[in-house]
Amino acid sequence: MGGKPDSVTKTERREPVTLLEAISEGLFEEMERDERVFLMGEDIGVYGGAFKVTRGFLDHFGEERVIDTPISEGGFTGAAAGAAHMGLRPVVEMQFMDFISPAYDVITNYIATSLYRGSGPLPLVIRGPVGGGNRGGPFHSQNVEMAFFHTPGLKIVYPSTAYDAKGLVKAAIRDDNPVIIEEHKGLYRAPFLREVLPEDDYIVPLGKANVVREGSGLTVVTYGMMVHRSVEAAEVLHQEDGFEVEVLDLRTLSPLDDEAIVESVKKTGRLLVVHEDTRTGGIAGEIAMRVSEKAFEWLDAPMLRVTAIDAPVPYAGALEDYFLPQIEDIVTAARYLAAY
Amino acid sequence: MPATNSADGTALVAGLTESQLHELYYALVRVRAAEERLELLHKQGHIGGGVYRSLGQEAGSVGAAYALDRRSDGTGDIIAQTVRACGALFLMGGEPLDFFRQYLARATGPTGGKEANVHWVDYRRGLVGPVSPLGTMVGVMAGITLSFRLKQEPRVGLVFAGDGATSTGAWHEGLNFAAVQRCPMVLMVEANQWAFSTPTRKNTRLESFTQKAAGYGLHAESVDGTDVLDVYEGTKRAVDRARAGEGAGMVEMRYYRLKGHAQHDNQEYVDPAELKAWEERDPIKRFGERLLSEGWATQKTLGALKARAEVEVSIAAEQAVGEPIPDGVQALDAVYTDRGAKTPWTRLETPDPIQA
Repeated sequence: MGGKPDSVTKTERREPVTLLEAISEGLFEEMERDERVFLMGEDIGVYGGAFKVTRGFLDHFGEERVIDTPISEGGFTGAAAGAAHMGLRPVVEMQFMDFISPAYDVITNYIATSLYRGSGPLPLVIRGPVGGGNRGGPFHSQNVEMAFFHTPGLKIVYPSTAYDAKGLVKAAIRDDNPVIIEEHKGLYRAPFLREVLPEDDYIVPLGKANVVREGSGLTVVTYGMMVHRSVEAAEVLHQEDGFEVEVLDLRTLSPLDDEAIVESVKKTGRLLVVHEDTRTGGIAGEIAMRVSEKAFEWLDAPMLRVTAIDAPVPYAGALEDYFLPQIEDIVTAARYLAAY
Repeated sequence: MPATNSADGTALVAGLTESQLHELYYALVRVRAAEERLELLHKQGHIGGGVYRSLGQEAGSVGAAYALDRRSDGTGDIIAQTVRACGALFLMGGEPLDFFRQYLARATGPTGGKEANVHWVDYRRGLVGPVSPLGTMVGVMAGITLSFRLKQEPRVGLVFAGDGATSTGAWHEGLNFAAVQRCPMVLMVEANQWAFSTPTRKNTRLESFTQKAAGYGLHAESVDGTDVLDVYEGTKRAVDRARAGEGAGMVEMRYYRLKGHAQHDNQEYVDPAELKAWEERDPIKRFGERLLSEGWATQKTLGALKARAEVEVSIAAEQAVGEPIPDGVQALDAVYTDRGAKTPWTRLETPDPIQA
C-alpha cells in the first residue's frame, strides 16, 4: 500500500488547506480510524475523483475500500445501503450532485425509510460537488438540497469553510443516519478559504448553525457560497450605511437549527434568507414559515429572500451571473428591510 | 414402507433424504395454508391493506430458500423476499405469527404496524425487508453481498423480483454492479408471466429472462417453478457457484401467478383456458403426487403434514388477531436514530404553534 498522499498531510505539517483538502483529510482520517468506512463512486480510484478529492486513496487503502463503480448512481447507492445493513459505513461520491437523480428512488424510498420501517439504521454518506458560478451549465451546477429536504429520514449538510467541511464530513461519517453532503465547487479551491486546521480529531456537530458575523439590525440566514456573499454584503452595509447585519451560516440544512434562527430573529426583528438554490420551493419558504410560527411577534418587517431565479442553470457567463444571487442583491434587500 | 426408505439418511433425489423431502412438502403446504387463512381474514374485514397470494409459485420460493445455508444467528445466507416468496420467508425462519401481525398491522409485529405484509427485516435469520419498487432491491442485495466478499464471509444472498422489475433501471444498475464486483448474489426472477396486469410479452421481447444475463456476463438458468426439486437444484447450483467465488448469477423460475396481483384484482384480463392449464400444474399437487408415486411418502404422512401446517397457521392467526394495534402517536417514532417527528401543534394539550 502507498503512503499517505500529500494532499491529506497538510494539517499534520501545519500548512493551510483548501476546503477540498479539508474534505479529503476528513475522509482519509475516518478511513484510518474506522476500517468499516469505504468509498464508492465513479472515477474515484485510479483517477482520484473528478475534483481529486480522493487522490492517492486507492494506493493507500486498496481497491476493496476505494471502489470505482460503473456509471450507475442508483445501483451503487443501493449497494451502499446493503453494505451499511451489514455493518459497513459506506461513503459514496456523486461525481456531480446533478447526477444524483437516478438514485432518487433508492434514497427516498429505501434509504430514508429504512429505520422507520424497521430495517435498521443506515449509516451512509452521499457526497459530491454542487453549485454554480463555474460556467458548468445546466448539468454541472445544480443545488440539489430541496429534492431531499422534503424527505424525512435524511440529513443534509452544506459546509462553507474548510474547518466546517472537515468537521462535518467526520460527523456525517460517524452519524448513524444517512447524510447528504453538498460541497460547493466554487469553494473547493477558493484561496480565501485556506486555513490551518486544528491537529486534533474534531467534529462539527450536525444540526448546529453558526453565527459568522454578529449584528443587531437584520438576520441573514444562509449557507454555502452565499455565506461569503452575505458577509461581503454585510461589510458594505457596515461601511456605507452603518447598518449591522448578523449572518447565520446554517451548515446543516436538515435538521434545521430552528433555535439559532429564532434566537437571531428575536434579536434583530428582521429576516432575509439568501440561498443559491432556485426560488420556488427553496429553503427560504420553510424558514419563513418556522419564524412565523415561533417569532412572529418579534418581526418588524416582512420576511424576504434573495435566491437564484426559477430557471435551469444557464451556461453563458452573463446569463449565469444574472441567474445567481449577487452581493448587490443582498445589499439591496437589506436596505429595503432596514428602511421598512 | 417402500424399499427406498431413507429413514437412515440416504439421499433419494436431488441429494435430499426422505425427511428433507417431507420438510419441503411441509413448507409448501404451510405457506398455502397461511395465505388461505389470510384471505379469510381479509374477507372478515381484519386487514386494511392489500392481500397478496403466491398461489402457484410456492415451489419457487420454497425450493430456492431450501438451497441456502439457513441460520438464525446472523451468519447464514440472506434473502430479500417478496410477497410471492412467502415460502422462502418462512423457511428462513420468519414466523407465521409475524406474517399475520404484519398484515393485521399489529403493534406487536416486527415493524409495529409501520410496514405491511412481508416487508420486514430479521438480519439474524437472513431476511431483508423489500420496498415496493422491487428493482431497487437488486442494488441493495448487491451491496449486502459485496460486504460478504469484502469481509470474506462465505455467505450468499438471494434477491427475488418479478417480471416487472426486470424492466426497471434499478434492476439493470444493481445487476451490473453485482456482476462487475463479483458479488455472491443470485437473482431469482419470479417469471410468473404478469406484472400486475401487464403480460411478459409487454415487458420484454426475449423468450426467457436468462437471455438478459448474457448482457451482464452472468451465469443463468431457467427452472420449472412448479417443480420444487427443479428449483432447489437449479438454485443450489447458482448458490454453490456464488459461494465458491464465481460471482453473481441468475435463476429464472417459470410458473404462473394463479391469482390477481392482489385481492382487489379479479384477473379479468387473464385467458381462462390458460389459467386452467396452469392450475393443473399446481406445485403442491405435483410434488405430493411425486412423493406418493416414488414411494417417498404415504398419503397418511402427507395428510399429517398438511394438518400440522394448518394447526400452526391457525394458532398464529388467532394469536395475531387478538393482539393490539399501535397507538397513533407511535407514528412519530424512529424517523432518525436521534429524533422522531414532532407532534402536530394542534394535538398538544394546549395547542401552541410555537411548539410546532
